[in-house]
Amino acid sequence: MMKTWQKRNRGEAIRSWIGWMIFIIALSAAWAPIARETQWEFLPTAPREGIDLLSRMFPPKWSIFPTLLKPLMDTIHIATLGTGLAVVLAFPLCWLAAGNTTPHKSLRYLALFIIASSRSISSFIWAFVFVMIVGPGMLAGILAIAVRSVGFMAKLSYEAIEEIAPEPVEALEAMGASRAQVRAFSILPQVVPAMLGICVFRWDINVRESAVIGYVGGGGLGLLLNSAINALYWREACLILLLVFALVLISEAVSAKLRARIAEW
Amino acid sequence: MPILKITGLEKKYATGDLALRGVDLSIDAGEIVAIIGPSGAGKSSLIRCVNRLVEPTAGSIEIDGIDVVSLSGSQLREQRSRIGMIFQSFALVDRLSVMENVLCGALSRTGFWASWFRKFAEGDVDRALTLLEKVGLSDHVNKRADALSGGQRQRVGIARALLQKPLLLLADEPTASLDPKTSKEVMTILRELVTEEGLTTIVNLHDVPLAKACATRIVGLSAGKVVFDGPPSELTEAVWETIYGEPEMAG
Amino acid sequence: MATRTWQRPSKGWWDRPAGRWAIGITIVVYLVIALQAIDINFARIARGWARLFEVGVGTQTEVVGQKIGEILRGLGESLAMAVIATPLGILLAIPIGFGAAHNVSTKWVYYICRSITVLSRGFHEIVIAILLVKMVGFGPLAGVLTLAIATVGFYGKLFAEAIEESDGSVREAVQASGAGWLQQMVFGIIPQVKPRMIGLGLYRLDINVRESTVIGVVGAGGIGATLETTFDRYEYVASAVILALIIGLVFALEAGAGWIRRRYL
Ligand SMILES: Nc1ncnc2c1ncn2[C@@H]1O[C@H](COP(=O)(O)OP(=O)(O)OP(=O)(O)O)[C@@H](O)[C@H]1O
Ligand SMILES: [Mg+2]
Repeated sequence: MMKTWQKRNRGEAIRSWIGWMIFIIALSAAWAPIARETQWEFLPTAPREGIDLLSRMFPPKWSIFPTLLKPLMDTIHIATLGTGLAVVLAFPLCWLAAGNTTPHKSLRYLALFIIASSRSISSFIWAFVFVMIVGPGMLAGILAIAVRSVGFMAKLSYEAIEEIAPEPVEALEAMGASRAQVRAFSILPQVVPAMLGICVFRWDINVRESAVIGYVGGGGLGLLLNSAINALYWREACLILLLVFALVLISEAVSAKLRARIAEW
Repeated sequence: MPILKITGLEKKYATGDLALRGVDLSIDAGEIVAIIGPSGAGKSSLIRCVNRLVEPTAGSIEIDGIDVVSLSGSQLREQRSRIGMIFQSFALVDRLSVMENVLCGALSRTGFWASWFRKFAEGDVDRALTLLEKVGLSDHVNKRADALSGGQRQRVGIARALLQKPLLLLADEPTASLDPKTSKEVMTILRELVTEEGLTTIVNLHDVPLAKACATRIVGLSAGKVVFDGPPSELTEAVWETIYGEPEMAG
Repeated sequence: MATRTWQRPSKGWWDRPAGRWAIGITIVVYLVIALQAIDINFARIARGWARLFEVGVGTQTEVVGQKIGEILRGLGESLAMAVIATPLGILLAIPIGFGAAHNVSTKWVYYICRSITVLSRGFHEIVIAILLVKMVGFGPLAGVLTLAIATVGFYGKLFAEAIEESDGSVREAVQASGAGWLQQMVFGIIPQVKPRMIGLGLYRLDINVRESTVIGVVGAGGIGATLETTFDRYEYVASAVILALIIGLVFALEAGAGWIRRRYL
């Protein structure tokens, strides 16, 4: 009898088959409501609409550039202040959330819950919440960015704390150092580079978000984008979009450079 | 009166491993005791019970007349500050400098903010520099700990433990991560310093000839029990067999 | 002999007293400038708080009762958009990822594919959604396309990085046996990066679900529009219910992703 070669054994084949079935069922289940709610008659005209839109966007209206400088600065302020506020909130939170530094299990679960909730809601939705409470403007944007970033930064930071080498911690405990000293001398030095990197990384993401968060009332460039689009001033909208694009690229480059420096430090 | 008195010490880990099955040991001031025994004999467990990095299951440990087993909180910290420890993996803080690592030995008698701003007592700074000189690291005071070789790192570990001015020094296989030549150097330095300060020392060693050369007394541990206790000269081949369960290899 | 002293040597200009002062003053000056830009409207904040307590909780819960059907439908639509868009985006991102990995690509293909990922990541989902809604009309189709395009940039970039980090010798071994480019990829690269591909896909699904709850604000389907209305009308009990449901959905998804990682990775 010929021997045949099979890539997988039977159990694995069945498992993979079940996986694909679940995947296909999920896809068809998800497609049904989308197909139902879509106005398909608009689809054929989409390419024409797209070209039409582009023709109305170009050339961008360069003359309004000077008026964009203040909103541009505002955008950077929103990202920076939001990140700063988030750092202040996330720093204590991550020590509560890390299994090896938490003072009590129940505090740990509370911290983990706060982190997960903060992360589950996008900053745009947080912006709604703060626009409702403090009114539209930069403050709402800053608070939204901060609240969304807290979970992100605290999560990555507490994971860094949990991954430290335990030996130096044990050594300092063994010589009778106080709890605060153990943290300051053996845990903090190990996680500082990671934490700095996380801050810079989140700042970069926040520049991206704060550039458009004004669209839902958060101040900065997004606010102008909203009014330009509502008034159908597409050439102005185009310039704003180009500016946002440039800002995002620059902040990403700055962040990558800084993080590379931090990593080798 | 002995400095360390261990009676009926037992340790059972949560996994069910019985690491120590009734250890009695009494150590006088100034003794250098080497603990030898096969892997898994309970050497690390024994040493770690002394400063309570491992919680004993039963038995008592007295250091200078104080029962260590019942201590907790600040009393435990104070007791620990009087016990120095040297680790196999050095346990240095990589991103701190050599000097900062050594000064960690003075943390227990320095307030938090003073230590945060690196304002250690004059005496401690002076002694740290002296110790670094003695272990031959004067030229590396401000180097980062992760820039040193293994032997140099362990010498930092020794200086850190001695800066505590401990009553008792524990060393858990201090040379196991080092090559034979460096091992000898490090053990020689350790022995010199310990003798100079008249420090009571317990050191776990895998290398029996090294143990014989350095210690004033040898304790053989096997399966959680003391099976030999005497001066190096009494460590005969027959004794070797009871400790390791096989005869000494030729050479 | 006199007692010797020691001072921690500075690690750089920022670690010396003058440097510390310079940094401190810069931060303070920046804060003053940035905080002035915020322009906080205390009267509006007070009004916002007051309105939170004006609307009776009784009517609030009634609103939830009336809207619960709409809420669940919107949430379902959001989830459906993410479920369709993620595999669609990944399918498009895989060839682009190969093209954007410099070790398996050619110069021109590399630049083209990199540009595509940069372009996609330079624009926030909200911006892409605005443009797509103009092209294909309101509804979940615009949302699916938005999320798919965003997925292309994200997945394409990280997939390319995974390929660049893969072990080249495996591919060389395959190449040595006379295999063509496609075979080299399938047998020399894919097996190495497969776990990362699955992990990234799950991560992006997670992001897409969160984003799918937002883009409805500009008419791209999902819960976003409903959510915005509840905030506009101070129906905050309904808002809270929606937020809780979103958090629950993301939690469930993370648990599911964790299960898949354990089982299939
Ligand atoms: N943290 C722990 N949890 C569970 N069991 C442990 C733990 N530490 C040690 N043991 C067990 O206790 C026994 C003694 O271990 P110990 O580390 O004290 O031996 P040792 O003599 O130091 O060995 P080695 O020479 O390999 O370092 C072993 O059976 C070991 O498996
Ligand atoms: Mg051991």
